[in-house]
Amino acid sequence: MALREVLIALAYMIASACFVIGLMWLQSPRRARAGNMLSALGMLLAIIATLFVSGIKDYSVIIIGMIIGSALGAVMAYTVKMTAMPQMVGLFNGFGGGASALVAAAEFFKYVADPSTLTLDVSISIMLAMIVGSVTLSGSMIAAGKLQGIVNERPITYPFQNIINLIFFLTIVAAGVYLVVNFGHPWVFLYLTVAALVFGVLFTIPIGGADMPVVICFLNALSGVAAAMAGFVIKNNALIIAGSLVGASGIILTQIMCWAMNRPITNVLFGAFGAVTAASSATATATKKTVKPIQPDEAAILLAYAQLVIIVPGYGMAVSQAQHAVRQLADELAKRGVTVKYAIHPVAGRMPGHMNVLLAEANVPYDQLYDMDQINDEFQNADVALIIGANDVVNPAARYDKSSPIYGMPILNADHAKHIIVLKRSMNPGFAGIENELFYNEKTRMLFGDAKESLTKLINEVKNL
Amino acid sequence: MTEALLAALYIFVIAMFLGFAVITKVPPLLHTPLMSGSNAISGITIIGALIVAGRQEGTLQTILGLIAIILAMINVVGGYLVTDRMLQMFKRKPGEK
Repeated sequence: MALREVLIALAYMIASACFVIGLMWLQSPRRARAGNMLSALGMLLAIIATLFVSGIKDYSVIIIGMIIGSALGAVMAYTVKMTAMPQMVGLFNGFGGGASALVAAAEFFKYVADPSTLTLDVSISIMLAMIVGSVTLSGSMIAAGKLQGIVNERPITYPFQNIINLIFFLTIVAAGVYLVVNFGHPWVFLYLTVAALVFGVLFTIPIGGADMPVVICFLNALSGVAAAMAGFVIKNNALIIAGSLVGASGIILTQIMCWAMNRPITNVLFGAFGAVTAASSATATATKKTVKPIQPDEAAILLAYAQLVIIVPGYGMAVSQAQHAVRQLADELAKRGVTVKYAIHPVAGRMPGHMNVLLAEANVPYDQLYDMDQINDEFQNADVALIIGANDVVNPAARYDKSSPIYGMPILNADHAKHIIVLKRSMNPGFAGIENELFYNEKTRMLFGDAKESLTKLINEVKNL
Repeated sequence: MTEALLAALYIFVIAMFLGFAVITKVPPLLHTPLMSGSNAISGITIIGALIVAGRQEGTLQTILGLIAIILAMINVVGGYLVTDRMLQMFKRKPGEK
């Protein structure tokens, strides 16, 4: 091994260490930012080292590609709204998977031209990287499109969906096996690629709405696995390590999201949630009950004379960009001596930690943000639980109603508070179409309207008290 | 199956376990930055993209490599920058409890 190769290998090792330490530092908010920078430094080191790899002869394409990619990435990173973070992460997942697939494709054509150095493990890795990368690419585009509202967010279903998808998937596997045994055949490879792209679409369209956090996490895991597979193709340990770390991260987050909904991953990915629940919600609406509306002035009195107010944010807060108004209301209440805490359900929003980022953006100190386990026992001491655009995560039916699609899902004990104020646009049921009996609770008052407008009214009323 | 492949599989499996051990301890508070940050790490595939784009082994490979570089760089630069943008917002006001 020449000195140059040793140095490059050492650079990759240091880069891998930077990734691991960077992730470790994400364990506390104080060091997280430094950790991210360390991770970025590791990436820079890996890129610089790669530029010295002996096989690289032409730098013009590299420079052009890096300038275009960096510029696009920087513009996206600085212009994206925090509420749009889920689709942004979804898009990036797709790009990572796409890049890995393209690397696999380039290697495929290299070996087609000259199969003399091809080994079995490389051909297997090429097919795996190609399949996983392509599925990640198209699946992420659909997921991002759904989150952005370009693609219909409701689950799209058709008869025998899972069976058709399975058969389709098997043809992809068959094409992969065929190519491993009879290497070459660009047309079969093209089928494998296109079919994997189509499968990514088929796989993602039946999943929607509140299940999006799971899909985003799962695609995150796939993008890591694709990178690791590309690492097997080009025999590079840095790719394998970094890819595995991302894969592990995505798998853990997927699992956490599933636990938080008390549903097995198979049910989320293959269950077409919204379609199933449409039937059962019909029985729930049969028992018509009445809700009690409240006007902003009365709600302001309840809030202003409380000792402890717990705010429960949900996706509705993100939709109406109400995070800053929430913080202003909390500030006004704090001025009057009210203690304000935030209760964050793991699946509130459209990706893990979505609510935390939005509230952090609005300058809410993070020690006011509580996880479900930390705060659930405190609801009974709360004078007001203020629900802003959250729905299923506070539905008491999850505790006992076995017919409810969300039965068994751990929920926030908002119904234990002395008063409950729900900010909601209208009485239309949420995404899953499940009636929320919390809205009919005798302690509950509904403040109808756009969350941001309602909050602005509340702020003014509290100021005038 | 070569020795090199076995070594690579070792690394793959151990790195997975390392990832599980490290990431389970990341608090839910930081799960969004974790996702965007790990996303940026998966842009490591830039290494492969650079190699295939730069070795001049045919137009098709160079084009595939160029697109791969662009996608991976969006992932790397965008991922790290947006993570940094998010993390700098997380503040604990001193003395406020």
